[in-house]
Amino acid sequence: MSQNKMPYIKIVTDRCKGCELCVSVCPKDCIVLDTEVVNVKGVNPAKYVGGCIGCASCTLICPDVCIELYKEEKTKKSA
Amino acid sequence: MQTTRSHPKSLFPVSTHYCGGCGHGIVHRLIAETLDELGVQDETIAVAPVGCSVLLYNYLDMDCIEAAHGRAPATATGIKRSRPDRIVFTYQGDGDLAAIGTAEIIHAANRGENFTTIFVNNAIYGMTGGQMAPTTLVNQKTETSPLGRSVKNEGYPIRACEMINTLEAPYYIERVSINTPAKIRKAKKAILKAFTYQKEGRGFTFVEVVSNCPTNWGLTPPDSMKWAAENMEPVFPLGVFRDKGATKEQSEAGEKK
Amino acid sequence: MKQLMTGNEAMAEAAIQAGCRFYFGYPITPQNEFTAYMARRMPEAGGTFIQSESEIAAINMVMGASATGKRAMTSSSSPGISLKQEGISYMAGDQLPAVIVNVMRGGPGLGNIGPAQGDYFQATKGGGHGDYHCIVLAPSTVQEGTELIQDAFDLADKYRNPVIILSDGRLGQMMEPVEFKPRPKADLPPKDYILEGKKGRERRIICSLFLSEPVLEEWNKKIQEKLMRIEETEVRYEATMVEDADVILVAYGTCARNSKEAMRELRAKGRKVGVFRPITLWPFPYDALGHMVQKAKAALVVEMSAGQMVEDVYLAVKDARPVFFYGRMGGQAPSASEIVQQVEKIFKKET
Repeated sequence: MSQNKMPYIKIVTDRCKGCELCVSVCPKDCIVLDTEVVNVKGVNPAKYVGGCIGCASCTLICPDVCIELYKEEKTKKSA
Repeated sequence: MQTTRSHPKSLFPVSTHYCGGCGHGIVHRLIAETLDELGVQDETIAVAPVGCSVLLYNYLDMDCIEAAHGRAPATATGIKRSRPDRIVFTYQGDGDLAAIGTAEIIHAANRGENFTTIFVNNAIYGMTGGQMAPTTLVNQKTETSPLGRSVKNEGYPIRACEMINTLEAPYYIERVSINTPAKIRKAKKAILKAFTYQKEGRGFTFVEVVSNCPTNWGLTPPDSMKWAAENMEPVFPLGVFRDKGATKEQSEAGEKK
Repeated sequence: MKQLMTGNEAMAEAAIQAGCRFYFGYPITPQNEFTAYMARRMPEAGGTFIQSESEIAAINMVMGASATGKRAMTSSSSPGISLKQEGISYMAGDQLPAVIVNVMRGGPGLGNIGPAQGDYFQATKGGGHGDYHCIVLAPSTVQEGTELIQDAFDLADKYRNPVIILSDGRLGQMMEPVEFKPRPKADLPPKDYILEGKKGRERRIICSLFLSEPVLEEWNKKIQEKLMRIEETEVRYEATMVEDADVILVAYGTCARNSKEAMRELRAKGRKVGVFRPITLWPFPYDALGHMVQKAKAALVVEMSAGQMVEDVYLAVKDARPVFFYGRMGGQAPSASEIVQQVEKIFKKET
């Protein structure tokens, strides 16, 4: 399978409050707080470090709707 | 590549004032997704409470009125009776609904008003700095129960779903939580069902969401989710208390046999 | 065509004729006839009647219906009106129209069910928290009650402000001939603030919370400017035989009727007495009253209270002339003969 068909996430770092809920629910430890960066809120925002399996747990739990999951959908799932 | 869970149309893409890790953000998003899916953003009138979510109108892109503390179900009654063709909902915390507003929610539910109430229960008063709520757990320490809630002085936590379930009129009552992704999916289903029932004119729908308050519980957001699951859910059991719609489906299914 | 109706029922009917289609109320004596009339008549008129769980719920239901652009009202009596104060303050802060009828009874606290005028301060000086005023109209007869309540809906819509009708237990319960006359439709501004779903436009918010202090001040300034316009244009009063009067009786509502009776008795005895009856208690007719009392020798304020409107009369008259007060409390009214006695005392003081 070519690399760019794997799911991945994008994080809107400006809105991230560094709450680490996404970090805590990711089954593959794909997300960490980026200690190299301090965002406009004065926190280390979340950063995607690869390995996404497209479970959408992070997008479900992020209270600030910072995370977008990019994934090939074979069947249409309802919420 | 498709996106899943892109930013809901009914939610402004702005930063919220909620603490990092607060469940309000999750519930707002579920409501916004629901209203998008039902296509009713332009027909919805929201009734905001007093509490941390007093500013929910800054986040939900729809007509909204700010109700007095606890009175949202009365205000929603006035709105829905005036505009039965609109989608109307109240969004209330545990002080708003289970303390000052107990009369208003019971009576709106008892009249079977055709609006939806989303009750966000985090067992504490957030906005005012962490005082005891009617839903605070026994022995839970808060600003106004510094030695822990005592049964003798403060009584027991109030269970809103169970109370409303004693009334004839309400159509759908479910308690959900949002402390794991799987439970969030279930919470979304419940919220979608509640608003769908409203759209179909079936009656009063009520979803209680067991949420969190990392700041006033003194826990990190991930720990607060664990705490809610381990401590709140035994006191506030999750599940469907009433679904008059399901009963009909079930009986229809029975007839088909 | 005239018909005999009680004050409560006549005013309820007049509200419906004014286009009110939402009534929310809770039983309390002496206004129960209002609620009961609405229970029967509202559905007939295609409107909504709810007996709410409390007076608090009722005013908040009015807020909801009003926010969607409908004419909505509630009625109650003194203790119930106390309960509504938060909601009234909210509606004033939201700049929402509403009509609230207070059929005053003895107080404070539970008091009794006799007529009183002990809620003047509450109605005119605020009642609820914050900088605002309700327009306050005080009818004196059942007929006038039917006219003022219709005016109330127009004023509420015109200014986006709550309006209080200050009635009392006598007026609510007495039966008088009433004629519902056709009225010209008022020229009112469009309701461009109402909530109906944001289709085709930007969404609207109705709120009174403005966390930024300068923004809240600006909002308050807007409200104050509106109140000033009301003070300039909506003052109403009735002056009877004041031109040559030595003593002017100042009274409102049903007390004005006892006062007029006293005036007639005194005039028959050769005493030059007139009656000044404020119709708008807010805005209060300070200028007109001050002007008229200046031309006389003294004023006697007559109220069913310990003396509330009398303070506004002091403000109107200032030090120009002596202002006397006579009142009854406990759900009782000053009788014409008592008023006559008081006026005679004043005349004796003068000579």
